Amino acid sequence: MTDAAFPHGAVDGTTTMPSATERAWYYFKKSLSSPTPYLAVFGIGLWLFFWWLFCEGLQLPRFVKIPGPVAVFTEWFSRTPKQGVSIWTPDYYYHIYVSCRRILYAFTLATVIGVPLGIMMGWSKKFCDYAFPLLEVIRPIPILAWVPLAILMFAGYESPVIFLATLASLFVTMINTMLGVQSIDSNYFRAAGCLGSSKLDILRHVVVPGALPYVFTGLQISIGVAWFSLVAAEMVSGDYGLGYLILNSYVNSVTVPMVIGMMTLGLVGWLNSIIVRAIGNRLMQWNVRALNQQGR
Amino acid sequence: MNIEPSKFNAGSHAPAQGAQAAATTSRGAISIRNVTKIYDPEGVNVMAVDNCSMEIAAGEVCMIVGPSGCGKTTLLNAIAGFHSITSGEILLDGELLCGPGKPLAQQGADRMVVFQHGALFPWKTLAENVAYGPMVQGKLSKSDAIEKAHQMLAEAGLPGCGHKYPSEVSSGMARRAEIVRALINNPKVLLLDEPYRAMDALTKSIMHEALLEIYDRTGVTIFFITHDLEEAIFLGDKVHVVTTRPCKLKTTIEVTIPRPRTYATLTSEDFRLLLSEVNDAVHEEAVKAFQAGEREMA
Repeated sequence: MTDAAFPHGAVDGTTTMPSATERAWYYFKKSLSSPTPYLAVFGIGLWLFFWWLFCEGLQLPRFVKIPGPVAVFTEWFSRTPKQGVSIWTPDYYYHIYVSCRRILYAFTLATVIGVPLGIMMGWSKKFCDYAFPLLEVIRPIPILAWVPLAILMFAGYESPVIFLATLASLFVTMINTMLGVQSIDSNYFRAAGCLGSSKLDILRHVVVPGALPYVFTGLQISIGVAWFSLVAAEMVSGDYGLGYLILNSYVNSVTVPMVIGMMTLGLVGWLNSIIVRAIGNRLMQWNVRALNQQGR
Repeated sequence: MNIEPSKFNAGSHAPAQGAQAAATTSRGAISIRNVTKIYDPEGVNVMAVDNCSMEIAAGEVCMIVGPSGCGKTTLLNAIAGFHSITSGEILLDGELLCGPGKPLAQQGADRMVVFQHGALFPWKTLAENVAYGPMVQGKLSKSDAIEKAHQMLAEAGLPGCGHKYPSEVSSGMARRAEIVRALINNPKVLLLDEPYRAMDALTKSIMHEALLEIYDRTGVTIFFITHDLEEAIFLGDKVHVVTTRPCKLKTTIEVTIPRPRTYATLTSEDFRLLLSEVNDAVHEEAVKAFQAGEREMA
């Protein structure tokens, strides 16, 4: 029989599912016809407007010393910045590069250590009994309280800063991974047991994929926390980096680079979250497709 | 009775067709002997199962009916190896699953469970789910297992669904895939814990036909927990009515309606008589359970 005999041949199971990229493109196009992106632009516009209104438009008393958006953007894109930092100065990129490099180290370390520890804590009650109380005591200590200890423990500028950022995101990653494992429906373990799984099979096929949504929620928070503690650490101990740029500008009474540093932090942090989310979605097509089914 | 030889008749002489279809009928006899299970949540002993005994022949469809929270699932969990028993013993084909000195049965692919709320791994496609058992047991390579999974899904009325995730198919299709995931392991016993509880009547009737079709094909022993009395009689060879907590066997009702059973069976006189018989037995227990204010037990 020829294919023509099956005009609806696609229904018999030979339909190809769209790839992840095709899906992403489809949802991107779909979002353009929804109000979401336009509302986002409007929200940002509104914020810029009020910033301008308070600082440059009305020049309210408490806002006099604060550079407004016109001053900041003029300086930011100026080829000859009056206060030393713009997108045309190599220093600007070096600050970004140094901070990003530190984040990369810290975030990678925290993930590589935190995810396995979190999985063990979630999976093995015994390990959790050992580790959880200790974690709960250390976790509430603010990262800033670790700064003096970090400077004493580690030499140079680089390692204490990375240590502090790692520490902060490590806790978030561990706790979320642990909760992720604990949140897995016990029936999945039972089903896996019935089906003849070894411990390693359960780890590979149940624990890790089952915890992944929580892990990636944790990673998104943890990269934010890493930036938070990194900047705090750079302000106390550092020679380069966006945190250093902000504090150094303040000390030298040049307020525009201070705000440029802040806004750069916002943008870079946002970009980081997007990357983490994209990797997560890539690894969790099942989750993305489940959410799409619910129209989310 | 005039029944075509090719059709399955489990009414009077139980798994005759099963013996013809495959040499599986000598497999899957379950003996539950004087099983007692005592839980102690919060330091207070709760007796879930009390000295319960029942015999399930190989290739039999055994329906367990009883009030909510009476401990039916406890029995299933003991057979599957999810929970230990306090005393008594359970045997599968004469071999001790659990009993004195071995309170917890080892989980194994000879007893496959289909869960009340479904337990397909949501992060695996239907085909990957079905292929999982043979793959981790090392019986088939991954690609062979996936291929076989696609084929078995198609046979079970799910052609072309293999690449879908459980969230992308209806609950009826997911449940069917879950049964396929169990069957690919060629189990001796299928343990089903109210698998169709949350389904509407229409889906349920389709699922019943599908299950009967699978049973005709494989002759696998089925241990099926339900609240639905019609379902119990329609599917079962025997209906075991159990008491409210602690669970023990109250009465066993033989379903003499010949197979194959169709939806016309539901309105037959025999069916109605059996239904009222089961109903009487269950109702008494349900009233007792209600008066005792039993909380539903998982």
